[in-house]
Amino acid sequence: MADLTYREALRRALDDELARDPDVFLMGEEIGRFEGSYKVTAGLWQKYGPERVRETPISEEGFVGAGIGAAMMGLRPVVEIMTINFILVAMDQVINHAAKIRYMFGGAVGVPMVIRTPGGAGAQLTAQHSQSLEAWFAGCPGIKVVAPASVADAYGMLKTAIRDDDPVLFCENLVMYNVTGTMPDDPDYTVPLGRAAVVREGSDLTLVAHSYTVQRALRVADTMSRDGIEIEVVDLRSLRPLDAETVAESVRKTSRALIAEEGWSTYGVGAELAARIHRLCFDDLDAPVERVGGAEVPMPYSKPLELAALPLESKIEAAARGLLAESGIA
Amino acid sequence: MAKAAETPPDTLLDKDTALRLFRMMALIRRFEERTEEQYTRARIGGYCHLAIGEEASTVGAIDALEPGDCLYASYRDHGTALAVGSEPVAVMAELFGKETGVAHGRGGSMHLMDVQRRFFGGWGIVGAHLPIATGTALALSYRDLPNAVLCQFGDGAVETGSFHEALNLAGVWDLPIVFQIINNQYGMGTSVEQSSAEPDLWRRAAAYRMHGERIDGNDVLAVREATARLMGIARRERRPALLETITYRFRGHSVADAGKVYRSAEEIESWRKRDPITRFGLHCSERGLLEQDEIDQVWSDVAAEVKSAIDEALGAAFPDPDTLYEHVYGDSAWREQFSRMRAGAPFGERGEERTWQT
Ligand SMILES: Cc1ncc(C[n+]2csc(CCOP(=O)(O)OP(=O)(O)O)c2C)c(N)n1
Ligand SMILES: [Mg+2]
Repeated sequence: MADLTYREALRRALDDELARDPDVFLMGEEIGRFEGSYKVTAGLWQKYGPERVRETPISEEGFVGAGIGAAMMGLRPVVEIMTINFILVAMDQVINHAAKIRYMFGGAVGVPMVIRTPGGAGAQLTAQHSQSLEAWFAGCPGIKVVAPASVADAYGMLKTAIRDDDPVLFCENLVMYNVTGTMPDDPDYTVPLGRAAVVREGSDLTLVAHSYTVQRALRVADTMSRDGIEIEVVDLRSLRPLDAETVAESVRKTSRALIAEEGWSTYGVGAELAARIHRLCFDDLDAPVERVGGAEVPMPYSKPLELAALPLESKIEAAARGLLAESGIA
Repeated sequence: MAKAAETPPDTLLDKDTALRLFRMMALIRRFEERTEEQYTRARIGGYCHLAIGEEASTVGAIDALEPGDCLYASYRDHGTALAVGSEPVAVMAELFGKETGVAHGRGGSMHLMDVQRRFFGGWGIVGAHLPIATGTALALSYRDLPNAVLCQFGDGAVETGSFHEALNLAGVWDLPIVFQIINNQYGMGTSVEQSSAEPDLWRRAAAYRMHGERIDGNDVLAVREATARLMGIARRERRPALLETITYRFRGHSVADAGKVYRSAEEIESWRKRDPITRFGLHCSERGLLEQDEIDQVWSDVAAEVKSAIDEALGAAFPDPDTLYEHVYGDSAWREQFSRMRAGAPFGERGEERTWQT
């Protein structure tokens, strides 16, 4: 077991896959000489050269489309979009094309492409640079959407995503790049897509999250544990395919469910899970399913406003306590 | 190519103009240097892009605007705001996230604007404001107004699809707009040669049968002359143009970038020798337009002005978090429209039982 940052784990996965499979290549803005805007690809351009670590102009629609075309030929492009906000420029390529091709072609050809992109807020990057848009993509058949929340998952899931034969949107998180964690030594370590993980066991309430919000959830669970309340935290890891079964098993045990996410609640991940939990656990619930999300405003710049808009621990905790109070546990 | 200009070239004629241009470039330089320092003191957050070195491209162009003309810019917009006449204290307050900022702390460094002065924004998605600026030109044309739009953006924006679509629309609709590429030769760390199949960016205009032109963007008078001429044609003849002003940013892409990995010390040094402000100062003193003591006076005046802007902005209040939900919508019916959405609604939950959701 070695301690690595989330950023280093991603870099190692890219490095391993570039070394393993000559069809894998990277493409994106500033990923070479500049080492990536968030330094994930540092050193890879020197190691693999400009053909396999291909720098692009600011042409998201163009190079996401080019990734699709290359993938249809059997290459395995790993495209970096500097932050998820800029993927909107390439939305047509992702939704109208990458997600549709295999089906429209009657299964004749697939798009084994990964789009890596970080989202998240909290550094005063303001409205156009602070969004968590993964739920929009997770609603679309034809692509897979994953969002690792730990160092080991960042490594294991990126490798799985690159080897997957379908387009995968791989959502990283700006706040997590410097987070450290342990990574298994096994060079063959991979994590399957579509499998959630119970990252903390508890009996009183199930708190479901993905990406950086998992860390917030774990901190809330720690705090509340001091008051004798045991929260079970489920890390979704993958939004599409979604592991509703692991969530349901947990809710059957705790009888209460709270979903936290950084994106907007309305039509969000929590909305989807609430529907599934009500169907799968209707008889087990002691309280309505609750959710916490980012305030439904374009993210403001000013620090006090930004803090008011983020789904911070205090808000998650208040929601959890509200749910417990509603169902008779104080 | 456009016909030869009908108005004579606008050269520097008088002392007032010389002083105005010099003072504005000096103000921007000091403002940016102090902004950098305020950032390291953690009074400014988020991304922060300085335009040190690019003053002539900004000031020369904006000085050529007439009342009623409209302006668009990228996120590298502190100097832009100052050049249109926004109060330095209001700009600094915005960078500090204060309620007295130009956008009441909602927009920050990248999204400065001054609608009263027809500065319609600093924008964060590269290339995205070109079609928007084109729409503003459409509105001017639609309303038969005698004005035009100046749309500034970086060299990197030329590679976006929006660039092509905006220029084509402006061309096919005969819109009064001048697209100004502030070519500082790099995107973040990617040079124009690396990202553009046609590094003579001004030549792209030919694809739209539009007038294209490249000038020295560190020569404030050349920038002013070209902008005045092209804006004049846009206003009078409803013909768009593409103007490329060649300049250089002395700092990194943002305060997070040292700006050294992808370019050599010699290159930076060679551009320092072409510093637009020093150069204009020399030009003015050689022609007897500004004495050295007047130049010194300008520098101490702008330093004092920026200092008082910082002091005053520091004392201003932050926005009240209770105003978080203001301005998401503006139609007078919005409260009524959202009133039945209940918990989880964008606004409905405030003050109700589920306060944690806000
Ligand atoms: C669509 C989009 N892609 C990527 C980015 C990230 N980004 C911000 S600034 C920048 C470089 C832009 O360079 P240029 O247009 O030359 O302007 P400069 O910063 O040099 O003023 C990039 C890639 C973005 N903001 N928007
Ligand atoms: Mg540039």
